[in-house]
Amino acid sequence: MGVDLDRLSFAIDGAMILRDVSASLPTGTVTGLLGPNGAGKSTLLRLVAGIDKADAGTVTLDGVTIGSLSRRDAARRIALLEQNAAPSVELTALEVVLLGRIPHRTKLMGSFSGDEDRAVAFDALAAVGAGALADRSWHTLSGGQQQRVQIARAMAQQPSLLLLDEPTNHLDVSAQLSLLGQVRELGVTAIMALHDLNLAAAYCDQIVLLDGGVVVASGTPAEVLTPAIIGTVYGVNCFILEHPRGGHPVIVYSAVSA
Amino acid sequence: MTRARYLGWLVAATTALILVCLIAVTIGPAAVSLAQVAGSIGAHLGLVTEPVPLLIDSIVWQLRLPRVLTAALVGAGLALSGAVMQSVTRNPLADPYLLGLSSGASVGAVCVVILGIGFALPAAAFLGALLALVATLSIARVGGTITPVRAVLAGLAIAQLAGALTSFIIFWAAKGDSYREILNWLLGSVAGATWSSVAIAATAVAVVGTGILWSATRLDAFAFGDTSAASLGINVNRTRWALLGSVALLTGAMVAVSGSIGFVGLILPHLVRGVSGPGHRRLLPLVAVCGALFLVIADTLARTVFDPRELPVGIITAFIGVPVFIVLIKRKKSHLWA
Repeated sequence: MGVDLDRLSFAIDGAMILRDVSASLPTGTVTGLLGPNGAGKSTLLRLVAGIDKADAGTVTLDGVTIGSLSRRDAARRIALLEQNAAPSVELTALEVVLLGRIPHRTKLMGSFSGDEDRAVAFDALAAVGAGALADRSWHTLSGGQQQRVQIARAMAQQPSLLLLDEPTNHLDVSAQLSLLGQVRELGVTAIMALHDLNLAAAYCDQIVLLDGGVVVASGTPAEVLTPAIIGTVYGVNCFILEHPRGGHPVIVYSAVSA
Repeated sequence: MTRARYLGWLVAATTALILVCLIAVTIGPAAVSLAQVAGSIGAHLGLVTEPVPLLIDSIVWQLRLPRVLTAALVGAGLALSGAVMQSVTRNPLADPYLLGLSSGASVGAVCVVILGIGFALPAAAFLGALLALVATLSIARVGGTITPVRAVLAGLAIAQLAGALTSFIIFWAAKGDSYREILNWLLGSVAGATWSSVAIAATAVAVVGTGILWSATRLDAFAFGDTSAASLGINVNRTRWALLGSVALLTGAMVAVSGSIGFVGLILPHLVRGVSGPGHRRLLPLVAVCGALFLVIADTLARTVFDPRELPVGIITAFIGVPVFIVLIKRKKSHLWA
Protein backbone atom coordinates (compact mmCIF):
# COMPACT_ATOMS: atom_id res chain seq x y z
CA MET A 1 0.00 0.00 0.00
CA GLY A 2 1.00 3.64 -0.26
CA VAL A 3 1.87 5.47 -3.45
CA ASP A 4 3.40 3.79 -6.47
CA LEU A 5 4.68 5.72 -9.46
CA ASP A 6 5.27 3.37 -12.36
CA ARG A 7 7.36 4.65 -15.28
CA LEU A 8 5.63 8.01 -15.63
CA SER A 9 6.46 10.00 -18.75
CA PHE A 10 5.13 13.39 -19.77
CA ALA A 11 5.92 15.71 -22.68
CA ILE A 12 4.73 19.21 -23.59
CA ASP A 13 4.84 20.09 -27.30
CA GLY A 14 7.26 17.24 -27.96
CA ALA A 15 9.67 18.30 -25.20
CA MET A 16 10.16 15.53 -22.65
CA ILE A 17 9.47 16.90 -19.15
CA LEU A 18 9.50 13.58 -17.27
CA ARG A 19 10.85 10.23 -18.43
CA ASP A 20 10.20 6.83 -16.81
CA VAL A 21 9.79 8.18 -13.28
CA SER A 22 9.21 5.35 -10.81
CA ALA A 23 9.05 5.42 -7.01
CA SER A 24 7.37 3.54 -4.19
CA LEU A 25 6.32 5.52 -1.10
CA PRO A 26 4.94 3.71 1.97
CA THR A 27 1.78 4.96 3.71
CA GLY A 28 2.39 7.60 6.39
CA THR A 29 5.84 8.63 5.16
CA VAL A 30 7.03 12.05 4.07
CA THR A 31 8.90 12.15 0.78
CA GLY A 32 11.08 15.01 -0.36
CA LEU A 33 11.07 15.71 -4.10
CA LEU A 34 14.36 17.44 -4.90
CA GLY A 35 16.07 18.67 -8.01
CA PRO A 36 17.30 21.84 -9.72
CA ASN A 37 14.90 24.35 -11.28
CA GLY A 38 13.20 22.78 -14.29
CA ALA A 39 13.86 19.22 -13.10
CA GLY A 40 10.12 18.49 -13.36
CA LYS A 41 9.12 18.58 -9.68
CA SER A 42 5.92 20.61 -10.11
CA THR A 43 4.92 18.63 -13.19
CA LEU A 44 5.38 15.36 -11.32
CA LEU A 45 3.15 16.62 -8.47
CA ARG A 46 0.44 17.56 -11.01
CA LEU A 47 0.63 14.08 -12.54
CA VAL A 48 0.40 12.42 -9.13
CA ALA A 49 -2.62 14.59 -8.29
CA GLY A 50 -4.25 13.51 -11.54
CA ILE A 51 -4.58 17.13 -12.74
CA ASP A 52 -2.45 16.42 -15.81
CA LYS A 53 -2.57 13.03 -17.50
CA ALA A 54 0.73 11.19 -17.99
CA ASP A 55 1.60 10.20 -21.56
CA ALA A 56 2.74 6.85 -20.23
CA GLY A 57 2.88 5.12 -16.85
CA THR A 58 0.50 5.05 -13.89
CA VAL A 59 0.10 6.44 -10.40
CA THR A 60 -1.44 4.05 -7.87
CA LEU A 61 -2.65 5.16 -4.44
CA ASP A 62 -3.57 2.35 -2.02
CA GLY A 63 -4.15 0.06 -4.99
CA VAL A 64 -6.35 2.51 -6.95
CA THR A 65 -5.11 3.89 -10.29
CA ILE A 66 -5.50 7.68 -10.06
CA GLY A 67 -5.89 8.11 -13.81
CA SER A 68 -9.07 6.02 -13.76
CA LEU A 69 -10.81 8.28 -11.21
CA SER A 70 -13.04 11.27 -11.95
CA ARG A 71 -11.60 14.65 -10.90
CA ARG A 72 -13.93 14.69 -7.93
CA ASP A 73 -12.99 11.22 -6.72
CA ALA A 74 -9.30 12.06 -7.13
CA ALA A 75 -9.83 15.24 -5.08
CA ARG A 76 -11.31 13.20 -2.24
CA ARG A 77 -8.06 11.21 -2.04
CA ILE A 78 -5.34 13.70 -2.95
CA ALA A 79 -4.85 17.33 -1.95
CA LEU A 80 -2.36 19.57 -3.75
CA LEU A 81 -0.91 22.82 -2.47
CA GLU A 82 0.53 24.85 -5.29
CA GLN A 83 3.21 27.51 -4.99
CA ASN A 84 2.38 31.13 -4.12
CA ALA A 85 -1.38 30.85 -4.50
CA ALA A 86 -3.44 33.92 -3.65
CA PRO A 87 -7.22 34.35 -3.83
CA SER A 88 -8.83 36.82 -6.25
CA VAL A 89 -11.44 37.90 -3.69
CA GLU A 90 -11.42 38.74 0.01
CA LEU A 91 -11.60 35.49 1.97
CA THR A 92 -11.25 34.72 5.66
CA ALA A 93 -9.01 31.86 6.77
CA LEU A 94 -12.11 29.78 7.57
CA GLU A 95 -13.57 30.40 4.11
CA VAL A 96 -10.29 29.26 2.55
CA VAL A 97 -10.35 26.05 4.60
CA LEU A 98 -14.01 25.45 3.69
CA LEU A 99 -12.97 25.32 0.03
CA GLY A 100 -11.39 21.98 0.94
CA ARG A 101 -14.87 20.57 1.58
CA ILE A 102 -15.95 21.10 -2.04
CA PRO A 103 -15.06 17.59 -3.27
CA HIS A 104 -17.08 16.10 -0.39
CA ARG A 105 -20.28 18.00 -1.05
CA THR A 106 -23.06 16.05 -2.65
CA LYS A 107 -23.96 17.18 -6.14
CA LEU A 108 -27.63 17.88 -5.54
CA MET A 109 -27.97 19.56 -2.19
CA GLY A 110 -24.26 20.16 -1.58
CA SER A 111 -24.67 23.90 -1.60
CA PHE A 112 -26.73 23.72 1.56
CA SER A 113 -24.64 21.48 3.75
CA GLY A 114 -22.79 23.43 6.34
CA ASP A 115 -22.44 22.55 9.99
CA GLU A 116 -20.50 19.35 9.38
CA ASP A 117 -18.21 21.08 6.90
CA ARG A 118 -17.56 23.85 9.42
CA ALA A 119 -16.68 21.30 12.09
CA VAL A 120 -14.17 19.62 9.77
CA ALA A 121 -12.74 23.03 8.81
CA PHE A 122 -12.30 24.11 12.44
CA ASP A 123 -10.61 20.78 13.25
CA ALA A 124 -8.25 21.22 10.31
CA LEU A 125 -7.34 24.76 11.41
CA ALA A 126 -6.72 23.52 14.94
CA ALA A 127 -4.58 20.66 13.63
CA VAL A 128 -2.14 23.12 12.05
CA GLY A 129 -2.19 25.42 15.09
CA ALA A 130 -4.18 28.10 13.28
CA GLY A 131 -7.46 27.83 15.16
CA ALA A 132 -7.22 31.45 16.29
CA LEU A 133 -6.94 32.69 12.71
CA ALA A 134 -10.38 31.48 11.55
CA ASP A 135 -11.95 34.92 11.14
CA ARG A 136 -8.84 36.74 9.93
CA SER A 137 -8.79 37.98 6.36
CA TRP A 138 -6.36 36.02 4.18
CA HIS A 139 -4.48 39.14 3.12
CA THR A 140 -3.69 40.14 6.70
CA LEU A 141 -1.94 36.82 7.44
CA SER A 142 1.83 36.39 7.35
CA GLY A 143 3.37 34.07 4.76
CA GLY A 144 3.75 31.30 7.33
CA GLN A 145 0.17 31.71 8.52
CA GLN A 146 -1.10 31.62 4.93
CA GLN A 147 0.74 28.36 4.31
CA ARG A 148 -0.69 26.87 7.50
CA VAL A 149 -4.18 27.85 6.41
CA GLN A 150 -3.51 26.32 3.00
CA ILE A 151 -2.42 23.08 4.66
CA ALA A 152 -5.60 23.20 6.76
CA ARG A 153 -7.56 23.60 3.51
CA ALA A 154 -5.79 20.54 2.12
CA MET A 155 -6.47 18.57 5.33
CA ALA A 156 -10.16 19.55 5.16
CA GLN A 157 -10.21 17.54 1.94
CA GLN A 158 -9.43 14.55 4.22
CA PRO A 159 -6.92 13.22 1.71
CA SER A 160 -4.90 10.04 2.00
CA LEU A 161 -2.10 11.79 0.10
CA LEU A 162 -0.91 15.37 0.57
CA LEU A 163 1.18 17.04 -2.14
CA LEU A 164 3.05 20.27 -1.41
CA ASP A 165 4.89 22.34 -3.98
CA GLU A 166 7.67 24.26 -2.24
CA PRO A 167 5.63 24.97 0.89
CA THR A 168 8.51 26.83 2.57
CA ASN A 169 9.03 29.31 -0.27
CA HIS A 170 9.35 32.90 1.03
CA LEU A 171 9.06 31.83 4.67
CA ASP A 172 11.53 32.85 7.36
CA VAL A 173 13.58 30.14 9.08
CA SER A 174 11.33 29.67 12.08
CA ALA A 175 8.21 29.49 9.89
CA GLN A 176 9.94 26.95 7.64
CA LEU A 177 10.83 24.69 10.54
CA SER A 178 7.47 24.87 12.27
CA LEU A 179 5.59 24.33 9.00
CA LEU A 180 7.51 21.18 8.09
CA GLY A 181 7.27 19.93 11.69
CA GLN A 182 3.52 20.41 11.35
CA VAL A 183 3.39 18.39 8.13
CA ARG A 184 5.18 15.52 9.88
CA GLU A 185 2.81 15.65 12.84
CA LEU A 186 -0.25 15.32 10.58
CA GLY A 187 0.81 11.73 9.96
CA VAL A 188 -0.59 11.76 6.42
CA THR A 189 1.40 10.39 3.46
CA ALA A 190 3.04 13.46 1.95
CA ILE A 191 5.20 14.33 -1.03
CA MET A 192 6.75 17.77 -1.05
CA ALA A 193 8.88 19.51 -3.62
CA LEU A 194 11.68 21.34 -1.81
CA HIS A 195 14.68 23.40 -2.77
CA ASP A 196 16.47 23.32 0.56
CA LEU A 197 18.44 20.06 0.83
CA ASN A 198 18.94 20.48 4.57
CA LEU A 199 15.22 20.84 5.23
CA ALA A 200 14.63 17.73 3.14
CA ALA A 201 17.30 15.86 5.10
CA ALA A 202 15.76 16.89 8.41
CA TYR A 203 12.07 16.33 7.70
CA CYS A 204 11.76 13.61 5.04
CA ASP A 205 11.74 9.83 5.42
CA GLN A 206 12.91 9.41 1.86
CA ILE A 207 14.14 11.53 -1.01
CA VAL A 208 13.45 11.33 -4.73
CA LEU A 209 16.02 13.37 -6.65
CA LEU A 210 15.06 14.50 -10.15
CA ASP A 211 17.31 15.99 -12.79
CA GLY A 212 16.19 16.75 -16.32
CA GLY A 213 12.97 14.80 -15.79
CA VAL A 214 14.72 11.60 -14.73
CA VAL A 215 15.07 10.08 -11.25
CA VAL A 216 18.83 10.18 -10.58
CA ALA A 217 18.66 8.87 -7.02
CA SER A 218 16.11 7.79 -4.43
CA GLY A 219 16.28 6.41 -0.92
CA THR A 220 16.83 7.70 2.59
CA PRO A 221 18.32 11.20 2.97
CA ALA A 222 21.67 9.61 3.93
CA GLU A 223 21.67 7.47 0.79
CA VAL A 224 20.72 10.25 -1.63
CA LEU A 225 22.41 13.31 -0.18
CA THR A 226 26.05 12.42 -0.78
CA PRO A 227 28.79 14.79 -2.01
CA ALA A 228 29.08 12.79 -5.23
CA ILE A 229 25.36 12.89 -6.14
CA ILE A 230 24.91 16.54 -5.09
CA GLY A 231 28.02 17.43 -7.06
CA THR A 232 26.72 15.75 -10.21
CA VAL A 233 23.18 17.16 -10.04
CA TYR A 234 23.71 20.67 -8.68
CA GLY A 235 27.32 21.24 -9.72
CA VAL A 236 28.44 22.30 -6.23
CA ASN A 237 30.99 20.91 -3.80
CA CYS A 238 29.86 20.04 -0.31
CA PHE A 239 30.63 18.17 2.89
CA ILE A 240 28.16 16.02 4.75
CA LEU A 241 28.09 16.26 8.55
CA GLU A 242 25.88 14.44 10.97
CA HIS A 243 23.31 16.53 12.86
CA PRO A 244 24.37 16.52 16.53
CA ARG A 245 20.80 15.83 17.74
CA GLY A 246 18.77 14.31 14.89
CA GLY A 247 21.56 12.25 13.38
CA HIS A 248 20.36 13.14 9.87
CA PRO A 249 22.79 14.49 7.26
CA VAL A 250 23.65 18.19 7.24
CA ILE A 251 24.98 19.57 3.98
CA VAL A 252 27.68 22.21 4.15
CA TYR A 253 28.45 23.82 0.82
CA SER A 254 31.81 25.01 -0.39
CA ALA A 255 31.91 28.34 -2.16
CA VAL A 256 31.66 28.09 -5.94
CA SER A 257 34.44 29.99 -7.70
CA ALA A 258 32.77 32.54 -9.94
CA MET B 1 -22.04 36.84 8.73
CA THR B 2 -24.54 34.43 10.22
CA ARG B 3 -27.13 32.66 8.11
CA ALA B 4 -29.93 34.58 9.81
CA ARG B 5 -28.37 37.96 9.07
CA TYR B 6 -27.79 36.99 5.44
CA LEU B 7 -31.40 35.85 5.07
CA GLY B 8 -32.42 39.15 6.67
CA TRP B 9 -30.56 41.03 3.94
CA LEU B 10 -32.06 38.85 1.21
CA VAL B 11 -35.61 39.33 2.51
CA ALA B 12 -35.08 43.08 2.95
CA ALA B 13 -33.66 43.46 -0.57
CA THR B 14 -36.48 41.41 -2.09
CA THR B 15 -39.13 43.40 -0.22
CA ALA B 16 -37.48 46.62 -1.34
CA LEU B 17 -37.46 45.35 -4.92
CA ILE B 18 -41.19 44.58 -4.89
CA LEU B 19 -42.05 47.93 -3.30
CA VAL B 20 -39.80 49.88 -5.67
CA CYS B 21 -41.31 48.09 -8.67
CA LEU B 22 -44.86 48.96 -7.54
CA ILE B 23 -43.91 52.58 -6.82
CA ALA B 24 -42.04 52.83 -10.15
CA VAL B 25 -45.25 51.86 -11.96
CA THR B 26 -47.10 54.75 -10.31
CA ILE B 27 -44.50 57.26 -11.53
CA GLY B 28 -44.94 58.89 -14.93
CA PRO B 29 -46.78 61.60 -16.85
CA ALA B 30 -50.21 60.20 -15.95
CA ALA B 31 -50.91 59.99 -12.24
CA VAL B 32 -51.63 56.44 -11.07
CA SER B 33 -52.11 55.49 -7.44
CA LEU B 34 -50.63 52.44 -5.73
CA ALA B 35 -54.15 51.13 -5.21
CA GLN B 36 -54.83 51.40 -8.94
CA VAL B 37 -51.56 49.56 -9.70
CA ALA B 38 -52.52 46.80 -7.29
CA GLY B 39 -56.05 46.74 -8.72
CA SER B 40 -54.86 46.43 -12.29
CA ILE B 41 -52.35 43.69 -11.51
CA GLY B 42 -54.90 41.89 -9.35
CA ALA B 43 -57.51 42.04 -12.11
CA HIS B 44 -55.13 40.59 -14.68
CA LEU B 45 -54.10 37.82 -12.33
CA GLY B 46 -57.76 37.11 -11.65
CA LEU B 47 -57.48 37.96 -7.97
CA VAL B 48 -59.66 41.09 -7.95
CA THR B 49 -62.88 41.69 -9.80
CA GLU B 50 -63.27 45.41 -9.08
CA PRO B 51 -62.72 47.19 -12.40
CA VAL B 52 -59.94 49.74 -12.80
CA PRO B 53 -60.52 52.58 -15.33
CA LEU B 54 -59.57 51.29 -18.75
CA LEU B 55 -57.03 54.04 -19.48
CA ILE B 56 -55.29 53.53 -16.13
CA ASP B 57 -55.33 49.78 -16.65
CA SER B 58 -53.66 49.99 -20.07
CA ILE B 59 -51.04 52.47 -18.77
CA VAL B 60 -50.21 50.09 -15.93
CA TRP B 61 -50.54 46.76 -17.69
CA GLN B 62 -49.43 47.59 -21.25
CA LEU B 63 -46.84 50.33 -20.71
CA ARG B 64 -45.28 50.66 -17.31
CA LEU B 65 -45.40 47.20 -15.77
CA PRO B 66 -43.65 45.43 -18.71
CA ARG B 67 -41.01 48.14 -18.67
CA VAL B 68 -40.40 47.95 -14.92
CA LEU B 69 -40.31 44.15 -14.97
CA THR B 70 -37.94 44.13 -17.94
CA ALA B 71 -35.63 46.56 -16.12
CA ALA B 72 -35.71 44.33 -13.03
CA LEU B 73 -34.97 41.15 -15.00
CA VAL B 74 -32.22 42.78 -17.07
CA GLY B 75 -30.62 44.17 -13.91
CA ALA B 76 -30.69 40.72 -12.32
CA GLY B 77 -29.29 39.06 -15.44
CA LEU B 78 -26.46 41.55 -15.90
CA ALA B 79 -25.45 41.44 -12.23
CA LEU B 80 -25.39 37.62 -12.30
CA SER B 81 -23.36 37.68 -15.52
CA GLY B 82 -20.80 40.03 -13.99
CA ALA B 83 -20.49 37.95 -10.81
CA VAL B 84 -19.89 34.74 -12.77
CA MET B 85 -17.41 36.33 -15.18
CA GLN B 86 -15.42 37.86 -12.34
CA SER B 87 -15.10 34.46 -10.68
CA VAL B 88 -14.29 32.16 -13.60
CA THR B 89 -11.81 34.59 -15.16
CA ARG B 90 -10.44 35.63 -11.73
CA ASN B 91 -10.71 39.17 -13.05
CA PRO B 92 -12.39 41.74 -10.79
CA LEU B 93 -12.91 43.96 -13.83
CA ALA B 94 -14.78 41.31 -15.83
CA ASP B 95 -18.31 42.27 -16.85
CA PRO B 96 -20.34 41.60 -20.02
CA TYR B 97 -20.10 45.29 -20.98
CA LEU B 98 -16.38 45.85 -20.34
CA LEU B 99 -15.30 42.63 -22.07
CA GLY B 100 -17.34 43.40 -25.19
CA LEU B 101 -20.11 40.77 -24.87
CA SER B 102 -22.89 43.33 -24.69
CA SER B 103 -21.61 45.19 -27.76
CA GLY B 104 -21.21 41.91 -29.65
CA ALA B 105 -24.77 40.97 -28.73
CA SER B 106 -25.94 44.36 -30.02
CA VAL B 107 -24.38 43.67 -33.43
CA GLY B 108 -26.20 40.35 -33.64
CA ALA B 109 -29.47 41.92 -32.50
CA VAL B 110 -29.26 44.86 -34.90
CA CYS B 111 -28.51 42.53 -37.83
CA VAL B 112 -31.72 40.55 -37.40
CA VAL B 113 -33.78 43.67 -36.64
CA ILE B 114 -32.59 45.24 -39.90
CA LEU B 115 -33.23 42.02 -41.80
CA GLY B 116 -36.72 41.97 -40.31
CA ILE B 117 -36.45 38.54 -38.70
CA GLY B 118 -37.19 39.78 -35.18
CA PHE B 119 -38.14 36.36 -33.82
CA ALA B 120 -34.46 35.36 -34.12
CA LEU B 121 -33.45 38.32 -31.93
CA PRO B 122 -32.36 36.48 -28.76
CA ALA B 123 -30.49 33.81 -30.74
CA ALA B 124 -28.65 36.39 -32.83
CA ALA B 125 -27.76 38.42 -29.73
CA PHE B 126 -26.46 35.25 -28.08
CA LEU B 127 -24.29 34.44 -31.09
CA GLY B 128 -22.96 38.01 -31.11
CA ALA B 129 -22.14 37.82 -27.40
CA LEU B 130 -20.44 34.45 -27.80
CA LEU B 131 -18.34 35.64 -30.76
CA ALA B 132 -17.29 38.76 -28.86
CA LEU B 133 -16.37 36.67 -25.80
CA VAL B 134 -14.23 34.27 -27.83
CA ALA B 135 -12.60 37.18 -29.70
CA THR B 136 -11.81 39.08 -26.48
CA LEU B 137 -10.33 36.07 -24.73
CA SER B 138 -8.29 35.05 -27.81
CA ILE B 139 -6.82 38.53 -28.17
CA ALA B 140 -6.10 38.74 -24.44
CA ARG B 141 -4.42 35.34 -24.36
CA VAL B 142 -0.66 35.66 -24.64
CA GLY B 143 1.57 32.70 -23.86
CA GLY B 144 -1.29 30.70 -22.44
CA THR B 145 -2.31 33.23 -19.78
CA ILE B 146 -4.89 36.00 -19.68
CA THR B 147 -4.21 38.89 -17.31
CA PRO B 148 -7.11 41.09 -16.11
CA VAL B 149 -5.62 44.17 -17.74
CA ARG B 150 -5.12 42.49 -21.13
CA ALA B 151 -8.68 41.15 -20.99
CA VAL B 152 -10.05 44.65 -20.38
CA LEU B 153 -7.95 46.15 -23.18
CA ALA B 154 -9.04 43.40 -25.59
CA GLY B 155 -12.64 43.90 -24.47
CA LEU B 156 -12.30 47.62 -25.14
CA ALA B 157 -11.13 46.93 -28.69
CA ILE B 158 -13.93 44.46 -29.36
CA ALA B 159 -16.53 46.79 -27.82
CA GLN B 160 -15.33 49.67 -30.01
CA LEU B 161 -15.40 47.51 -33.13
CA ALA B 162 -18.82 46.09 -32.30
CA GLY B 163 -20.16 49.57 -31.50
CA ALA B 164 -18.91 50.85 -34.85
CA LEU B 165 -20.48 47.85 -36.61
CA THR B 166 -23.82 48.45 -34.88
CA SER B 167 -23.80 52.13 -35.88
CA PHE B 168 -22.71 51.30 -39.42
CA ILE B 169 -25.46 48.74 -39.93
CA ILE B 170 -28.13 51.13 -38.70
CA PHE B 171 -26.84 54.02 -40.85
CA TRP B 172 -26.56 51.76 -43.87
CA ALA B 173 -30.15 50.68 -43.50
CA ALA B 174 -31.12 54.23 -42.44
CA LYS B 175 -34.76 55.05 -42.39
CA GLY B 176 -35.67 58.17 -40.44
CA ASP B 177 -34.78 58.17 -36.79
CA SER B 178 -31.56 56.14 -36.91
CA TYR B 179 -29.72 58.20 -34.30
CA ARG B 180 -32.22 57.38 -31.59
CA GLU B 181 -32.12 53.73 -32.53
CA ILE B 182 -28.30 53.67 -32.45
CA LEU B 183 -28.27 55.35 -29.05
CA ASN B 184 -30.76 52.86 -27.67
CA TRP B 185 -28.60 49.91 -28.69
CA LEU B 186 -25.27 51.45 -27.66
CA LEU B 187 -26.37 53.01 -24.38
CA GLY B 188 -29.15 50.61 -23.53
CA SER B 189 -32.81 51.36 -22.98
CA VAL B 190 -35.90 49.53 -21.81
CA ALA B 191 -38.23 52.21 -23.23
CA GLY B 192 -39.77 49.88 -25.81
CA ALA B 193 -40.26 46.96 -23.44
CA THR B 194 -43.34 44.82 -24.01
CA TRP B 195 -44.62 41.62 -22.43
CA SER B 196 -42.60 39.66 -24.96
CA SER B 197 -39.46 41.47 -23.63
CA VAL B 198 -40.48 40.32 -20.16
CA ALA B 199 -40.95 36.77 -21.42
CA ILE B 200 -37.51 36.65 -23.09
CA ALA B 201 -35.71 38.16 -20.09
CA ALA B 202 -37.63 36.09 -17.54
CA THR B 203 -36.96 32.83 -19.38
CA ALA B 204 -33.24 33.60 -19.64
CA VAL B 205 -32.89 34.69 -16.00
CA ALA B 206 -34.89 31.70 -14.74
CA VAL B 207 -33.18 29.03 -16.85
CA VAL B 208 -29.60 30.32 -16.92
CA GLY B 209 -29.87 31.74 -13.40
CA THR B 210 -30.88 28.31 -12.05
CA GLY B 211 -27.93 26.70 -13.82
CA ILE B 212 -25.57 29.29 -12.39
CA LEU B 213 -26.94 28.87 -8.85
CA TRP B 214 -26.44 25.13 -9.30
CA SER B 215 -22.76 25.86 -10.00
CA ALA B 216 -22.26 28.03 -6.91
CA THR B 217 -19.88 25.58 -5.25
CA ARG B 218 -17.87 25.13 -8.43
CA LEU B 219 -17.56 28.92 -8.74
CA ASP B 220 -16.18 29.05 -5.18
CA ALA B 221 -13.46 26.59 -6.17
CA PHE B 222 -11.95 29.09 -8.64
CA ALA B 223 -10.91 31.49 -5.85
CA PHE B 224 -7.27 30.33 -5.87
CA GLY B 225 -7.01 29.74 -9.61
CA ASP B 226 -7.19 26.86 -12.04
CA THR B 227 -4.76 24.41 -10.42
CA SER B 228 -6.40 24.84 -7.07
CA ALA B 229 -9.87 24.38 -8.62
CA ALA B 230 -8.67 21.21 -10.35
CA SER B 231 -7.20 19.89 -7.10
CA LEU B 232 -10.62 20.48 -5.47
CA GLY B 233 -12.17 18.14 -8.00
CA ILE B 234 -13.41 20.65 -10.58
CA ASN B 235 -13.17 19.85 -14.28
CA VAL B 236 -11.72 23.29 -14.94
CA ASN B 237 -12.02 23.72 -18.69
CA ARG B 238 -15.45 22.18 -19.00
CA THR B 239 -16.79 24.19 -16.07
CA ARG B 240 -15.29 27.48 -17.24
CA TRP B 241 -16.62 27.21 -20.78
CA ALA B 242 -20.03 26.01 -19.65
CA LEU B 243 -20.30 29.00 -17.33
CA LEU B 244 -18.95 31.53 -19.84
CA GLY B 245 -21.34 30.10 -22.44
CA SER B 246 -24.20 30.55 -19.97
CA VAL B 247 -23.14 34.15 -19.41
CA ALA B 248 -23.11 34.77 -23.19
CA LEU B 249 -26.62 33.30 -23.37
CA LEU B 250 -27.84 35.46 -20.50
CA THR B 251 -26.15 38.61 -21.84
CA GLY B 252 -27.54 37.90 -25.32
CA ALA B 253 -31.08 37.74 -23.96
CA MET B 254 -30.59 40.90 -21.89
CA VAL B 255 -29.18 42.85 -24.85
CA ALA B 256 -31.97 41.58 -27.13
CA VAL B 257 -34.53 43.35 -24.96
CA SER B 258 -32.55 46.37 -23.76
CA GLY B 259 -29.36 47.04 -25.77
CA SER B 260 -26.04 47.16 -23.96
CA ILE B 261 -26.36 48.62 -20.49
CA GLY B 262 -23.06 49.12 -18.72
CA PHE B 263 -21.76 49.03 -15.13
CA VAL B 264 -24.52 46.88 -13.60
CA GLY B 265 -22.46 43.70 -14.03
CA LEU B 266 -19.25 45.43 -13.01
CA ILE B 267 -20.13 47.21 -9.78
CA LEU B 268 -23.02 45.23 -8.27
CA PRO B 269 -20.98 42.08 -7.51
CA HIS B 270 -18.31 44.17 -5.74
CA LEU B 271 -20.88 46.02 -3.66
CA VAL B 272 -22.85 42.89 -2.76
CA ARG B 273 -19.73 40.85 -1.86
CA GLY B 274 -19.17 43.41 0.90
CA VAL B 275 -22.44 42.21 2.47
CA SER B 276 -22.74 38.56 1.45
CA GLY B 277 -19.07 37.59 1.52
CA PRO B 278 -17.39 35.89 -1.45
CA GLY B 279 -19.23 32.53 -1.27
CA HIS B 280 -21.39 32.18 -4.36
CA ARG B 281 -24.40 30.49 -2.79
CA ARG B 282 -24.91 33.71 -0.84
CA LEU B 283 -23.54 36.14 -3.41
CA LEU B 284 -25.59 35.03 -6.42
CA PRO B 285 -29.17 35.33 -5.07
CA LEU B 286 -28.44 38.68 -3.41
CA VAL B 287 -26.59 40.11 -6.41
CA ALA B 288 -29.53 39.20 -8.68
CA VAL B 289 -32.04 40.96 -6.41
CA CYS B 290 -29.80 44.01 -5.94
CA GLY B 291 -29.07 44.20 -9.69
CA ALA B 292 -32.82 44.22 -10.32
CA LEU B 293 -33.39 46.89 -7.68
CA PHE B 294 -30.59 49.04 -9.09
CA LEU B 295 -31.80 48.95 -12.69
CA VAL B 296 -35.46 49.63 -11.79
CA ILE B 297 -34.35 52.73 -9.89
CA ALA B 298 -31.97 53.76 -12.70
CA ASP B 299 -34.69 53.35 -15.34
CA THR B 300 -37.22 55.27 -13.27
CA LEU B 301 -34.68 58.12 -13.02
CA ALA B 302 -34.01 57.83 -16.77
CA ARG B 303 -37.64 58.48 -17.64
CA THR B 304 -38.45 61.09 -14.99
CA VAL B 305 -35.47 63.32 -14.20
CA PHE B 306 -35.59 65.27 -17.47
CA ASP B 307 -39.32 64.75 -18.03
CA PRO B 308 -40.73 64.94 -20.68
CA ARG B 309 -37.41 64.07 -22.24
CA GLU B 310 -36.29 60.49 -21.65
CA LEU B 311 -32.69 59.28 -21.35
CA PRO B 312 -31.35 55.85 -22.35
CA VAL B 313 -30.94 54.09 -18.99
CA GLY B 314 -27.28 53.35 -19.80
CA ILE B 315 -26.51 57.04 -19.23
CA ILE B 316 -27.89 56.81 -15.71
CA THR B 317 -26.07 53.56 -14.91
CA ALA B 318 -22.83 55.19 -16.11
CA PHE B 319 -23.47 58.35 -14.02
CA ILE B 320 -23.99 56.17 -10.93
CA GLY B 321 -21.58 53.39 -11.86
CA VAL B 322 -18.46 55.36 -12.69
CA PRO B 323 -18.14 57.16 -9.32
CA VAL B 324 -18.80 53.89 -7.48
CA PHE B 325 -16.19 52.24 -9.66
CA ILE B 326 -13.66 54.97 -8.83
CA VAL B 327 -14.30 54.49 -5.11
CA LEU B 328 -13.78 50.74 -5.55
CA ILE B 329 -10.47 51.31 -7.34
CA LYS B 330 -9.24 53.80 -4.75
CA ARG B 331 -10.04 51.78 -1.66
CA LYS B 332 -7.38 49.69 0.00
CA LYS B 333 -8.71 46.31 -1.04
CA SER B 334 -7.98 47.04 -4.69
CA HIS B 335 -4.52 45.53 -4.15
CA LEU B 336 -6.38 42.41 -5.19
CA TRP B 337 -6.76 43.91 -8.65
CA ALA B 338 -3.06 44.33 -9.37
